[in-house]
Amino acid sequence: MPTASSAADSRPPSAGGPDSAPSSTAWTRKHLLGLEDLSREEILAVLDTAESFSEISRRSRKKVPALQGRIVFNLFFENSTRTRTSFSLAAKRLSADTQDFSAQVSSLSKGETFIDTAKNIEAMGCDLMVVRHPTPGAPHLLSQHVSSAIINAGDGAHEHPTQALLDLMTIRRAKGKVEGLTVALLGDIAHSRVARSNIWGLLKLGAKVILCGPPTLVPKGMERLGCEVAYRLEDVLPRCDVINVLRIQFERQQGGLFPSVGEYSQFYMMTQDRVRQAKPDLLILAPGPINRGVELTPEVADGKHSAILDQVGNGLAVRMAVLYLLSGKMEAGPSAD
Amino acid sequence: MPTIQIKGGRIIDPDTERDEVGDLWIADGKFAAGPAPSADVVVDARGLIVCPGLIDVHVHLREPGQEEDETIATGAASALAGGVTSVACMPNTLPPIDTQAAAEFVVLQGRRARKANVYPVGCVSKGRKGEELAGLGQLVAGGAVAFTDDGAPVSNAGLMRRALEYSKMFDLVIMQHCQVMELTVGGVMNEGFESMRLGLGGMPAAAEDIMVARDIRLAEITGGRIHVQHISTARAVELVREGKRRGIRVTAEACPHHFSLTDERLRTFDSNFKMNPPLRTSEDVAAVVEGLKDGTIEILCTDHAPHAREKKMRELDQAPFGIVGLETLLPITVTHLIEPGHLSWLEAIRKMTVNAARLINIPKGTLRPGADADVTVIDPATTWTVDPAKFLSKSRNTPYAGWEVRGRAHTVLVDGEIRHTLGGIVSEAG
Repeated sequence: MPTASSAADSRPPSAGGPDSAPSSTAWTRKHLLGLEDLSREEILAVLDTAESFSEISRRSRKKVPALQGRIVFNLFFENSTRTRTSFSLAAKRLSADTQDFSAQVSSLSKGETFIDTAKNIEAMGCDLMVVRHPTPGAPHLLSQHVSSAIINAGDGAHEHPTQALLDLMTIRRAKGKVEGLTVALLGDIAHSRVARSNIWGLLKLGAKVILCGPPTLVPKGMERLGCEVAYRLEDVLPRCDVINVLRIQFERQQGGLFPSVGEYSQFYMMTQDRVRQAKPDLLILAPGPINRGVELTPEVADGKHSAILDQVGNGLAVRMAVLYLLSGKMEAGPSAD
Repeated sequence: MPTIQIKGGRIIDPDTERDEVGDLWIADGKFAAGPAPSADVVVDARGLIVCPGLIDVHVHLREPGQEEDETIATGAASALAGGVTSVACMPNTLPPIDTQAAAEFVVLQGRRARKANVYPVGCVSKGRKGEELAGLGQLVAGGAVAFTDDGAPVSNAGLMRRALEYSKMFDLVIMQHCQVMELTVGGVMNEGFESMRLGLGGMPAAAEDIMVARDIRLAEITGGRIHVQHISTARAVELVREGKRRGIRVTAEACPHHFSLTDERLRTFDSNFKMNPPLRTSEDVAAVVEGLKDGTIEILCTDHAPHAREKKMRELDQAPFGIVGLETLLPITVTHLIEPGHLSWLEAIRKMTVNAARLINIPKGTLRPGADADVTVIDPATTWTVDPAKFLSKSRNTPYAGWEVRGRAHTVLVDGEIRHTLGGIVSEAG
């Protein structure tokens, strides 16, 4: 039966990983709700743990027993393919049982509140809930009403912590560090949870953050967080080490925030021309799904500066790390024997 | 009816500028000019404040149509527990109060409840749709004391102009929920640093300011009476101040949450901090307090907005706007306006009695001999903890749960009848 000591025994490295075990001593949280709450040390603890899990992904046998007997529910109240798949796969590689729940097939349409839904799921037996919801704070609300650990997999325009963690991991791997780099978040900042989580994470790790987009998509007051705000991409391009190209969140917009997609692309799409104006070692990230021909051209998406596919792999490692760290904080579950 | 002596209290009656220790006598349900030979009931008010029954010009009692949130009876009982003896209830019920019959229903339910006095406020427009005037004269015949489409602002400037003009024949006020709806689409909280950080839809202060400016100007050209409901922004306070200076008939009210809480509270994602107008910034709070101090805002009220637990316990954008307020109006006024020295007891009570009575033209809010004997006896010093489970309101949606506060309504009389008391000070003679 998994106890505090056996959880320590099931650390990934002891299952044949690197010699230096990742330390989870910096981790004391039950939930991962956002990066705003995390300290620099906690962020680094996740990234270091993710590095050791990343190694596991390259083995022929990709599974470790860290979460054996645990049940991970993916509660998705909003559409997602890659994040849900990534979390499912991460949980499976840690030997957890996983179950997906999405709002379209639920009783939500019959008037049940999402708190009731979560309580029902917990009654079926659940250790950890991965929650995506269109409303900011929904995972926080849930954490007050259920006893499972909660991972925020995106709450409205608020936070998407694992996305930012995988972005940080990708930057750190490509550049060897985050501190001192200039990172631009490009496009729809206003409606982007990826932007907010990235801002917190990047600032805590010592990067300079530039927010670049049309004024209707960059909310006032962002400077107060310690970011630079720019409306013209050409003005900031030469200074950037990294550009994170955000998707336009059409589903969250009230409409009419810019005249047309064509005009948006004219000013903000990452093209080969614009890449040439940047540093030669510019790194381009995109949280996906990307709109080719709107936010970036296919040549850029598939080009040598793009780290889009590395992000996907790193996402898996980061999510394994988060599941693993949170599982160490869980109460001992029912006997697995 | 028994003759009542309220003995030895600090009598505060802003209507007559009275603030002195003394006795108050009640006979036949009215205030008596002087002592009677003997009293049937004695209320020992030593150490307590005795003032006209408080009046709340802005409550939602949800009946008819949303009795799961509140009824006129439970709302009126909640009022008494908070020291409020008269309430003006908003017409955004189902159906809305836009006919004489509907207004009469509210009056009737208030009488049946026999708690606080209940006055209906009628709709400005038919069905609160903002298209054509409701039957204002018929509403007056049914007992309406003011007009509003509260919750839904009168967006059409032409209609507002007509309402301000037409209502002059009753000398009744148009109460406006000032909000330019086009600026608040998708809004959940105040637009600013906090909404940006939380990724929540914002409602800019300008949405309120612009409507306040428009309506003051319309009051100016029509000579009608405009009342700015639940004022919440610094600029709106300034606009009302300027309007008054220019002699326009504009009044304003403020609610405790707008002088005691800021939008930083939304960091908890607790829907009990979601109301409309939203909690604003500390600069706005300071401006509301300043407006209360200099008389720009002459009325304190609650915007008591009960919502059943299952409705409010939702994701922030799904949860309805609004909080209950009747049972916390007095203590939050004590802790946030009186104790910090912003308002004296006399000035605070003025904004909950005579000023409110004048706004809605009711013969209340005074201790003058001959007036209805509505009295609130306040224990100004008692410290207590807000426990929503003990509310008499049917709903529990308060942002003040667990707050340690001071000041509480101890004993409340309506029409010379003791309708609420915490006990221990009332004795009946042989």
